[in-house]
Amino acid sequence: MSIQSKDVEYVAKLARLNLSDQERETFTEQLNAILQYAEKLNELDTDGVEPTTHVLRLSNVMRDDVVHESLSQEKVFRNAPEEEDGQFKVPAVLE
Amino acid sequence: MTLFDLTLQELHNQFRSKELSVTDVVGEAFAKIRERDERVGAYLTLNEEEARAQAARLDDKLVQGDSLGLLFGLPVGIKDNMVTEGLRTTCASQFLSNYNPIYDATVVSKLKLAESVNVGKLNMDEFAMGGSNENSSFHPVRNPWDLSRVPGGSSGGSAAAVAAGEAYFTLGSDTGGSIRQPASYCGVVGLKPTYGLVSRYGLVAFASSLDQIGPITKNVEDAAYALQAIAGYDPKDSTSANVEIPSYVSALTGDVKGLRIAVPKEYLDGIDPQVKAAVLEALRVLESLGAVWEEVSLPHTEYAVAAYYLLASSEASSNLSRFDGVRYGVRVDNGGNLLDLYHQSRSQGFGSEVKRRIMLGTYSLSSGYYDAYYLKAQKVRTLIKQDFDQTFQNYDVIIGPTAPTTAFPLGSQVDDPLTMYLNDILTIPVSLAGVPALSVPCGFAEGLPVGLQIIGKAFDESTVLRVAHAFEAHTDHHKQRPSL
Repeated sequence: MSIQSKDVEYVAKLARLNLSDQERETFTEQLNAILQYAEKLNELDTDGVEPTTHVLRLSNVMRDDVVHESLSQEKVFRNAPEEEDGQFKVPAVLE
Repeated sequence: MTLFDLTLQELHNQFRSKELSVTDVVGEAFAKIRERDERVGAYLTLNEEEARAQAARLDDKLVQGDSLGLLFGLPVGIKDNMVTEGLRTTCASQFLSNYNPIYDATVVSKLKLAESVNVGKLNMDEFAMGGSNENSSFHPVRNPWDLSRVPGGSSGGSAAAVAAGEAYFTLGSDTGGSIRQPASYCGVVGLKPTYGLVSRYGLVAFASSLDQIGPITKNVEDAAYALQAIAGYDPKDSTSANVEIPSYVSALTGDVKGLRIAVPKEYLDGIDPQVKAAVLEALRVLESLGAVWEEVSLPHTEYAVAAYYLLASSEASSNLSRFDGVRYGVRVDNGGNLLDLYHQSRSQGFGSEVKRRIMLGTYSLSSGYYDAYYLKAQKVRTLIKQDFDQTFQNYDVIIGPTAPTTAFPLGSQVDDPLTMYLNDILTIPVSLAGVPALSVPCGFAEGLPVGLQIIGKAFDESTVLRVAHAFEAHTDHHKQRPSL
């Protein structure tokens, strides 16, 4: 399966990236090479094989429902590019 | 001999006898950084003022005769993807070039508790994505053994700093081999612990099911001490394993008599002949100490790279979605709407390799391709893990080379991501299986270091360290230093 420039453009939109014409061309070529290599996995019959998402046996980690100290508002906003009245300030969501 | 060549025990003895002060040792580290790092490029941010102040505080403590912490007075460098309160943490990305964390990663807190001295933050591939450290947004790292070559990636700064004597030990992170491969290229010891043994709290996530923090050191004993300090359950990390932590230092007995070693034939096929010769010689050393080895097969090895890049990129595309220019990091605002802000900030903040992996991951997870790529890769991961499980039923460790070649020239693979990815073919299967592995210097090929990879059962770091230490005790590769 090969992917086209328009597929790369669509994926970039999903990933919230703008690509230059040069980037789109380069990524189309490189992603095709990588995905072609990934086709190798189809040599293996994996019917009936359980997927491994994680090597540890994971279970929900719950803590007691007890109030404890949290980060101060001052600390939380320390790296904010823009804040106002205790909120992160962003451009308009809707035009 | 320099202060850097002293063992931890020798340093501590000299601290106690007042022959040496922490200020001396920390001063020596900064002297080396000033002398060498303009050429090596291992550091992104120095912590000199705070480090010297902490050294003075530790010297005061020595005067009072208090007991010493496990890593007392040792200068440590930390890969710049572990957050450090009040000290810039960039992940070698323009996106985080202005990020000043408000808390310490658990490993950083543990290093403070063990009384080591943080001398600075180390260069890396951007967001830990890369195999050569050429993907740093700031500057590449150069291999101290040959400045025209790469140090490996993504913990290239962490490995190069130790090789150049610019830190007594460092922390790196390993997702597909990013501790072991640079350790191999730079002739130092690198340990990727079992997934879950060391807390990932405060590690900027790349691929959450694979990322693991570990030490890079100049010898195996130091690796055991460093691991002792950072291992252990952390309630702040939901993937932290609640297991008993043994004494890793006590495990260094030198005894490998009767040890059963598996050598996968897939790990010796097609590798550089000089690398293969060094590995076979290492096996002869272990054999002379009473270990026995046999060739085995890990039949799914050749599928590991494809599975890894689909899985790691998928997780990366999800993890990196948090970088949107709203709460931290660089914001590029051209006056458009919120969606424009996201697009502009991410497009200008991320480098090519990061964008490529986000794109690959987004594609793999997208509707219509999920089963063909992501789910298929997860199933192949199961088969790879089963290879290891079956082998460990009959053997104590698996041994092979860490990387198929020695360090390659800077720029030689930068336009060919697939070739670059294949450099990690011997470290990636271990990462997918989540088991521990260590790279220890085992020789040289045309003046460049070769690494021996020792792989253990899950949570059996003690055996891995014991084997590596026994090997190291009968060789002197780890004592060689580059001429800088």
